[in-house]
Amino acid sequence: MTGHANAGRPNQLLRNLHSKIASIPMILTAVVIFLGGTLWTVFYSFTNSKLLPRLTFVGLDQYERLWSAPRWLISIQNLAIYGVFSLIFSLVIGFLLAALMDQKIRFENTFRTIFLYPFALSFIVTGLVWQWILNPEFGIQSVVRSLGWSTFTFDPLYNSDIVIYGILIAALWQGTGLVMCLMLAGLRGIDEDIWKAARVDGIPMWKTYVLIIIPMMRAVFITTLVIIASGIVRVYDLVVAQTSGGPGIASEVPAKYVYDYMFQAQNLGQGFAASTMMLITVAIIIVPWAYLEFGGRKRG
Amino acid sequence: MAEVVSLNNPSVKTGLSTKLAAGPRGKKPRPMFSPRNIMVYGALIFAAAYYLLPLYVMVVTSLKGMPEIRLGNIFSPPLEITFEPWVKAWSSACTGLNCDGLSRGFWNSVRITIPSTVVSIAIASINGYALANWRFKGADLFFTILIVGAFIPYQVMIYPIVIVLREMGLYGSLTGLIIVHTIFGMPILTLLFRNYFTSLPEELFKAARVDGAGFWTIYFKIMLPMSLPIFVVAMILQVTGIWNDFLFGVVFTRPEYYPMTVQLNNIVNSVQGVKEYNVNMAATILTGAVPLIVYFVSGRLFVRGIAAGAVKG
Amino acid sequence: MKLRLLAAALAATVVLPFGAANAAELEVTHWWTSGGEAAAVAELAKAFDATGNKWVDGAIAGSGGTARPIMVSRITGGDPMGATQFNHGRQAEELVQSGLMRDLTDVATREHWKDIIKPSSLLDSCTIDGKIYCAPVNIHSWQWLWLSNAAFKTAGVEVPKNWDEFVAAAPALEKAGIVPLAVGGQPWQSAGAFDVLMVAIAGKDVFNKVFGDKDAEVAAGPDIAKVFKAADDARKMSKGSNVQDWNQATNLVITGKAGGQIMGDWAQGEFQLAGQKAGTDYTCLPGLGVNEIISTGGDAFYFPLLKDEEKSKAQEVLASTLINPTTQVAFNLKKGSLPVRGDVDLAAANDCMKKGLEILAKGNVIQGTDQLLSADSQKQKEDLFSEFFATPTMTPEDAQKRFAEIIASAD
Repeated sequence: MTGHANAGRPNQLLRNLHSKIASIPMILTAVVIFLGGTLWTVFYSFTNSKLLPRLTFVGLDQYERLWSAPRWLISIQNLAIYGVFSLIFSLVIGFLLAALMDQKIRFENTFRTIFLYPFALSFIVTGLVWQWILNPEFGIQSVVRSLGWSTFTFDPLYNSDIVIYGILIAALWQGTGLVMCLMLAGLRGIDEDIWKAARVDGIPMWKTYVLIIIPMMRAVFITTLVIIASGIVRVYDLVVAQTSGGPGIASEVPAKYVYDYMFQAQNLGQGFAASTMMLITVAIIIVPWAYLEFGGRKRG
Repeated sequence: MAEVVSLNNPSVKTGLSTKLAAGPRGKKPRPMFSPRNIMVYGALIFAAAYYLLPLYVMVVTSLKGMPEIRLGNIFSPPLEITFEPWVKAWSSACTGLNCDGLSRGFWNSVRITIPSTVVSIAIASINGYALANWRFKGADLFFTILIVGAFIPYQVMIYPIVIVLREMGLYGSLTGLIIVHTIFGMPILTLLFRNYFTSLPEELFKAARVDGAGFWTIYFKIMLPMSLPIFVVAMILQVTGIWNDFLFGVVFTRPEYYPMTVQLNNIVNSVQGVKEYNVNMAATILTGAVPLIVYFVSGRLFVRGIAAGAVKG
Repeated sequence: MKLRLLAAALAATVVLPFGAANAAELEVTHWWTSGGEAAAVAELAKAFDATGNKWVDGAIAGSGGTARPIMVSRITGGDPMGATQFNHGRQAEELVQSGLMRDLTDVATREHWKDIIKPSSLLDSCTIDGKIYCAPVNIHSWQWLWLSNAAFKTAGVEVPKNWDEFVAAAPALEKAGIVPLAVGGQPWQSAGAFDVLMVAIAGKDVFNKVFGDKDAEVAAGPDIAKVFKAADDARKMSKGSNVQDWNQATNLVITGKAGGQIMGDWAQGEFQLAGQKAGTDYTCLPGLGVNEIISTGGDAFYFPLLKDEEKSKAQEVLASTLINPTTQVAFNLKKGSLPVRGDVDLAAANDCMKKGLEILAKGNVIQGTDQLLSADSQKQKEDLFSEFFATPTMTPEDAQKRFAEIIASAD
């Protein structure tokens, strides 16, 4: 069985045969589930499928309706706000914490555990706890008021204008620990000589980070980006657990629109149209980048 | 690049000697209360408070009785500690007619998590290995699709997967659920394993091939023994993800396999009169206990493994 | 009537030993998990277990929105439960049409459902192409205003007798630190409250024109404009409710923290569980005290087609148990809903339920919106009204315009 790979020039199909066989689960997943499922979804988004998929084509009707639905527009807007802030804050906070942790501190293990433990908890749990802390009747607002500041108002989950930030607070709590770990790992991977050289040249520390270290951590940033960004696009459970999309429809997100219309409204066509829009957006951003990033020859 | 495994060595040595030893970052020996230290520790402690606050609230609330919760504020420690909510959450909270709390789903969660974790890691590690060392034509395309797949909301895929599982005759079975977890764990895990195996010295691989070792031999004899850290990372990610999963557990199985999160959802969402926040919080901690323990036990390996899997690529 | 009842009872006893000989476990899924609901389900389970079979409870908390996708996936995935709750109406239509659900016509004819089930629209909703596919278990009406007597006492005003008096009393309540109208954050609550206002203020005919005939012109017209005006009042009065679940909102009324709530008669189960008495502790106004009409939606059980023969037989037993007069009384008293048959004795019913029964007997009924509109249109309505109730800047006129659009495209 072994050793064949080394034997001269086998024909094209048999080349790396074992590798191909071993990759069958991956190929099936990629082709049947992700690609097949996506095409299936896109295909049925042109039908008026209700509870069950059916082949009555209605052209672009589902898309017209989608883009005239106020809830969808709000969902998109929320995702944009949430996405941008989540990305920025995750990276900044994660990196700052990692940089602090990298200062040869004591109790590093303790701090790391503290920052990382929320990641072990599900979004349902995260949402529940933060809903409880941000509840104006029990949580932070009532505590501050009982300290004498009676006009203090902090009720992000009940204020349509800022509710998405209430969700952001919980999301950052849950996710930044992992980002910190990734960044810390990246910092630890930097050659000590670089620091020495920077110091010899008299470059201030912050400048060393920004100009030298961060560019060297490209791979870490990419892995982190994939993880954060995929989490952003899929955000659903947290919203459901914290606000159920409320007050009103102020904290709705696209994934929830998809789910609600597919299953609660029993309008698969509409749900598929919404998911197609999500997929297209993702594809436009991700595919070219992913192919450049992962498709080139390996960089060793 | 052989330093991968020992990446963390400098940090392992940190400890009491830190303030004396001039670290490789070459700071001058500094007193404990230098302004810089105060800033660093101040910031860390401030951040730690933000991260710990919810856990504190959970624990404190779960130990209070309902009357105290209604009166007091959520940050005050319990006046009278009671374990009633814990007992109730574990063994007697009701959903519909079943009044046996979380205990009902605990073993199901174990039965789901262990095989799903093992299978998904096995497959993803082989994927990563094939992608790193045995590229075949088209492999990059499949991998790109896989990465894009990481961005697809789970909910969108429910329908196609129900159909696929139905056609395979696996709908409602534990096997079906394991397959689903394997599928959705695959993108990120494959990425991590691929990066890890890429970062291993290529000479090792080449030498083995010159010796005539094949695909599986190299995987089992050379790659596996060198890959403990990344396996730990994958294990942690999967245990957390699968243990916390609610949607797949409830959509793709039948009630006798419902995981603990289904009971958690039921306890949290079935309000009988007033919301019993203490029971909710106790249930929350109990459900999160397993992944939390995994984290506390293997947290150190986690960073080391991540360092290896995410840094190089 | 008596004879028929006897016949039905006989039929039931004929089935009983039959079922007992083939004892089977039947998994029943539903989303009844609040206190009163769970107590009511227990009655159903007790009655079914008494036939020698076993009720395996598959409750999924979080209201129909969470539970229905799971139920539908199970049925379409080919691993169905023994029986499942749906709101009767159009939720299961397509499952029936694709042949996944079981035809109950045999049981129904044997037990003369057509004659005993009142109003007949309930059975009509179960009937597709002349065959009966579900067993209705109760009648729920939405058109109730629940008022906390204690709250009005605190505010120093009389307990209102109709919607207008309630609106007039709102400032006094607010002054006393009481939220006048409790509305939970779940979208179906605000949408439901609007439908109730519509029947009360615009009347039965307008309601039927809008939801029955999907007449967009009426929906954009002056009658509905009045309803939106009232909804605007309700919106102002509900400010500060800050709860999600319907029974948390009910709980605000029970504890006197809120003046009232527009909610279906299922709220009654919660008052009962809290030990409150109709008339002394709380007041109920059917049709908001304006227009005493109630809707006759409700819950029904559907039975997926099973391969296992014993289980199929158990399904028949369960169907007949659900309609059985004793079960009907026991279940509906706990649930706070009305029985689906007019021939049972509900002496134990409280004042509010009796009011409901009277209205039902007079025939002042309309169909529920779940029966008239598709789930899709219902969801669009929910989106609109949850936004309307949470957004003070949204004018009633804008909302009405969007409402008319939804009706125009409704099916």
